[in-house]
Amino acid sequence: MSLRATNLEVTIDGNPIVRGVTIDIVAGELLALVGPNGAGKSTLLALLSGDVKPTGGSIELDGTPLHSMRHIELARRRSVLTQENQVSFPFAVSDVVEMGRAPWVRTASASEDEEAVSSALRATDTGHLASRHYTSLSGGEKARVSLARVLAQRTDIVFLDEPTAALDLSHQEDVMRTAAALAAEGRAVVVVVHDLSLAAAYADRVAVIAGGVLDSVGTPAEVLTAERVSRIYGLEVEIVSRDNRPVILPVRH
Amino acid sequence: MRRPRITLAIALAVVLISGVILSSALGQLGISPAEILRVLTNQPGNDPLIESTLWVVRFPRIVMGLVVGAALAVAGAVMQAIFGNPLAEPGVVGVSSGAAVGAAASIVFGFTLFGGWGTAVLAFAGALLATLLVYVMSRANGRTEVVTLLLTGIAINAFAGAALAFLLFVADTASREQITFWQLGSLNGSRWQEVLIVAIVTVIGLVIALFLARRYDLLALGERNARHLGVNVEALRIGSIVLVALLTGVAVAFCGIIAFVGLVVPHIIRMAIGPSHRALIIASAVGGGALIVYADLLARTLVQGADLPIGMLTSLIGGPFFFYLLYRQRKRSGGWA
Repeated sequence: MSLRATNLEVTIDGNPIVRGVTIDIVAGELLALVGPNGAGKSTLLALLSGDVKPTGGSIELDGTPLHSMRHIELARRRSVLTQENQVSFPFAVSDVVEMGRAPWVRTASASEDEEAVSSALRATDTGHLASRHYTSLSGGEKARVSLARVLAQRTDIVFLDEPTAALDLSHQEDVMRTAAALAAEGRAVVVVVHDLSLAAAYADRVAVIAGGVLDSVGTPAEVLTAERVSRIYGLEVEIVSRDNRPVILPVRH
Repeated sequence: MRRPRITLAIALAVVLISGVILSSALGQLGISPAEILRVLTNQPGNDPLIESTLWVVRFPRIVMGLVVGAALAVAGAVMQAIFGNPLAEPGVVGVSSGAAVGAAASIVFGFTLFGGWGTAVLAFAGALLATLLVYVMSRANGRTEVVTLLLTGIAINAFAGAALAFLLFVADTASREQITFWQLGSLNGSRWQEVLIVAIVTVIGLVIALFLARRYDLLALGERNARHLGVNVEALRIGSIVLVALLTGVAVAFCGIIAFVGLVVPHIIRMAIGPSHRALIIASAVGGGALIVYADLLARTLVQGADLPIGMLTSLIGGPFFFYLLYRQRKRSGGWA
């Protein structure tokens, strides 16, 4: 599996949102996309997942341009957890997670359906919610159930857009551990996160986006230096290293 | 999930069958269930008056009620699925009015060829135009907001009202009567030939809706998520718009505007068995048919010797129900989301 983006450009209403981004998404690796608000992280994720068509450059999945692929083919290759996860009608949680299996209807993989759903519920700590209505859940529960739906899809490439945003400390760790486990299974995982220390603790590579440009890519220790984080976020920080993973602390006077 | 479905299936069957029996039996000429059975099984020696009352007047009217109710309820369920909004309904957003304008135009300008199909085609065209207009106007960034949806409906209903008024103005007396009939809705004078047209279109529409049911489920996750799960959202929406126009158009062409069936029926079914669309669409078809059969029974028996417009009756029940849904939605989202 190789997902290769070359010189990506997106312009919306004349404003460049993403400029000249070249990046490879690699199997077996957890890649964290970090950057300030409005830096273009979500747009980049939407580009890589085939939601948004680039106005320049190319994205190829195993040599095939992403936009020449049919919806259903793409759905069997990549799954996406979006930030917005409203459900219009009161479906049961188990129904919502089962919807993750929709791309595999009438394929050989359909035999995995039940196992995929139950292991996704387990991995996201949502088994006890299975018979509840999705619409009656709290924000954090909805986020975890939506993650379960994405896990149940079982694709080679997994995109997670701020999966930890609505979650408490322990569930944040759970989600990042799950993401790391997916990468360890040989999948390519791309996660947008705001918490730099969280990204540094779990990611194999970190990509820093600022002003629509890919500022740097590399291991957490290479990329998340005090100088760079301070420059990009406009905030003085101090870096502490734990097990060769940087922990980012704002300097508070 | 299984238990409520079985309960609902039994309840619907009982309601439907008793509705059909009651509608066959009651009226200016009372007919006993035994006589109905004898006429149905075509036994010799029946009273010709009873026989003709059933076969020429009541049976076509009942079957028309069943298929029109099914068409409207399924159109409502499909519309709610594609707009991701339980308040979307052909009557409310102006699709029915669009169809009525088309049907009225066919009468006024004499385009009634092919034994009723001409009227059906123009009603479909009117409905399609109205649905497309709602679709284009009420969606912003791939979403439909309640306010925009309802405001678009108001605009379309107003425009269609003006068009109908104009057609009334230019029409001769006979056509005027027919147009008034569309505005109010009635199953009076249903003929087998018309019943057949509505039945054919309804069955085709129902089959297509069932084929798409699984995709409607995925659409409830939002457009982007549905696309991530392999649904071609644009094609689904366009196809569904044609489907809604087809079902609403054919119902309005022969029975006029019968509003709120598509709102009330899917809502009640959803409360009983949940929102999964395959079961919802089947149950809505049966429930819609049953509702219209009872409503029509009331329409023709409530006032001695008079045939009340059925559209008036459904709006009488549907209006307050719509208020209640609006109120609840507003309370839940804390505004007109």
